[in-house]
Amino acid sequence: MNNETMNQTAAARDAAQPVVEARGLDLTFQTNDGPVQALKDVNLTIDKGDFVSFIGPSGCGKTTFLRVMAALEQPTGGTITVNGMTPDEARRNRAYGYVFQAAGLYPWRTIAKNIRLPLEIMGYSRARQEERVKDVLQLVDLEGFGEKYPWQLSGGMQQRASIARALAFDADILLMDEPFGALDEIVRDHLNEQLLQLWARTNKTIGFVTHSIPEAVYLSTRIVVMSPRPGRITDVIESPLPKERPLEIRDTPEFIEIAHRVREGLRAGHSYDD
Amino acid sequence: MRSLLAVLTVVAAIVVLWYAACAPMNIKGVLTELERGGAQVVPEGAPARRDMSAFGLVAGNSFAIPATWAQERPRLPAPHQVVTELWNTTVMKKITSKRSLVYHGWVTLSATLLGFAIGTGLGILLAVGIVHSRVMDMSVMPWAIVSQTIPIIALAPMIIVVLYSVGVQGILPKAIISAYLSFFPVVVGMVKGLRSPDAMQLDLLKTYNANTNQGFWKLRLPASMPYLFASLKIGIAASLVGAIVGELPTGAVAGLGARLLAGSYYGQTVQIWSALFGAAILAGLLVGLLGLIERATLKRMGMS
Ligand SMILES: Nc1ncnc2c1ncn2[C@@H]1O[C@H](COP(=O)(O)OP(=O)(O)OP(=O)(O)O)[C@@H](O)[C@H]1O
Ligand SMILES: [Mg+2]
Repeated sequence: MNNETMNQTAAARDAAQPVVEARGLDLTFQTNDGPVQALKDVNLTIDKGDFVSFIGPSGCGKTTFLRVMAALEQPTGGTITVNGMTPDEARRNRAYGYVFQAAGLYPWRTIAKNIRLPLEIMGYSRARQEERVKDVLQLVDLEGFGEKYPWQLSGGMQQRASIARALAFDADILLMDEPFGALDEIVRDHLNEQLLQLWARTNKTIGFVTHSIPEAVYLSTRIVVMSPRPGRITDVIESPLPKERPLEIRDTPEFIEIAHRVREGLRAGHSYDD
Repeated sequence: MRSLLAVLTVVAAIVVLWYAACAPMNIKGVLTELERGGAQVVPEGAPARRDMSAFGLVAGNSFAIPATWAQERPRLPAPHQVVTELWNTTVMKKITSKRSLVYHGWVTLSATLLGFAIGTGLGILLAVGIVHSRVMDMSVMPWAIVSQTIPIIALAPMIIVVLYSVGVQGILPKAIISAYLSFFPVVVGMVKGLRSPDAMQLDLLKTYNANTNQGFWKLRLPASMPYLFASLKIGIAASLVGAIVGELPTGAVAGLGARLLAGSYYGQTVQIWSALFGAAILAGLLVGLLGLIERATLKRMGMS
């Protein structure tokens, strides 16, 4: 609890316990067409309460890095710790909730039962399950939809339900891989706003993959710019924007300035290819 | 309404074709009978007609066509003869009677259901093993496929003889043949169904640190339900075929297979055809029943 308040200042960040620490991380996939280097010498520290966005062209290893943090992929070199443990230990401690690009709700379960799935697996009591489901449905603004089946909800609502499912067991870390990629701009704005509110309320650490520069700038405290072949980090941009962010902040000079820097970073990564 | 019209049209076409086919099929026998009864037919004398085409005989003796639909032992019975026989041996007979098709149907049905239960249970067990164990996948699946390439008609007598020699008789040998045919579609469908969750869904469970058991009950099994029902429908039809085939080599006295056999011994084509239709109707009812259970189950699961 103490750490959370300390994290507010950048000076205190260095003293804070890092949630994710990657040092010289390499990951090479062995494919039929030979080895593919998805991550090369990735160094990154994510502190508690950070909102870190990963942005970069397709194939630069954003998903792979997220999956390494989640222990869904094993690095072939370097070290990474999550909450001071190996990712696999962190996974077994249920340290993070993961939101995939597709909502992936079970069609045979209602929204409430979908959200209950991780709780059933983790052995929560019936009463605790009900309680958590009610809480997270409220967090993602889906009260009253618990008894609906996924197909009765719009794509945006389904995605919110899948976020609620990841929040249900109250892990400190939330990893999200292009969660709003398939949604239209207006719905996306709305969900971004809600996500920020949720982050402010829960003080979770969030890793967020996106292709959209405005989305990354609007949401993040830090933006990690990546470039492909081999996948690596080319820039890490600290955002000076305040934690309180109305949608209109996107028209301010500070916002446009950061967006510009991100775009420059992406362009630099691209020209490396030529 | 439109689809009903289409269905009726097809049925009507089949009936018309069937009646039309009865004429050339039965004409020789009919002419022989008519000639014996003193009627004038062309050409006269059975030997003269022997090498003539059936269509030629029909054309030359068009007056005899109605008689081709009313023979006692026709080569091809007419639809109404089969329907009458079906009516007489079901509705008009006490079901305890040895001549009741309902009685024979029940004998076959009980073996079918037992075999179906064994086959389905075995099929599901094998599928679970195959999905969870690579060794089983590589060792069992090829044999399951090979088992279905052997014609059941060749295998059935051996199964019965072997079981008889160890003292197993009655309903069980038939049920085992029936299970032999029905486990395969269940294995194939269930393996596909249990493997139907995509990588993302499996990864999701991994992030919850779920164990194999939880993955099976919460994800794989529910996801396989639509596949299971598709297989069960094929399986139950196969079970029925298995039970009928199982009745043939034993010279069984009861069951639809026994009716087929007895019918062919005594040239009772009407009886053969009505047993065939009885089997078809039974299969239709069973598949239809499974369809209803499928709809109710998937609806309860919220999947339809
Ligand atoms: N399981 C895998 N096997 C082999 N190669 C893989 C695998 N997963 C990813 N890769 C390769 O690793 C590289 C990085 O992939 P990754 O999915 O991390 O990219 P990404 O940045 O998420 O791209 P996108 O924006 O399109 O989602 C790509 O070249 C991809 O082809
Ligand atoms: Mg990706």
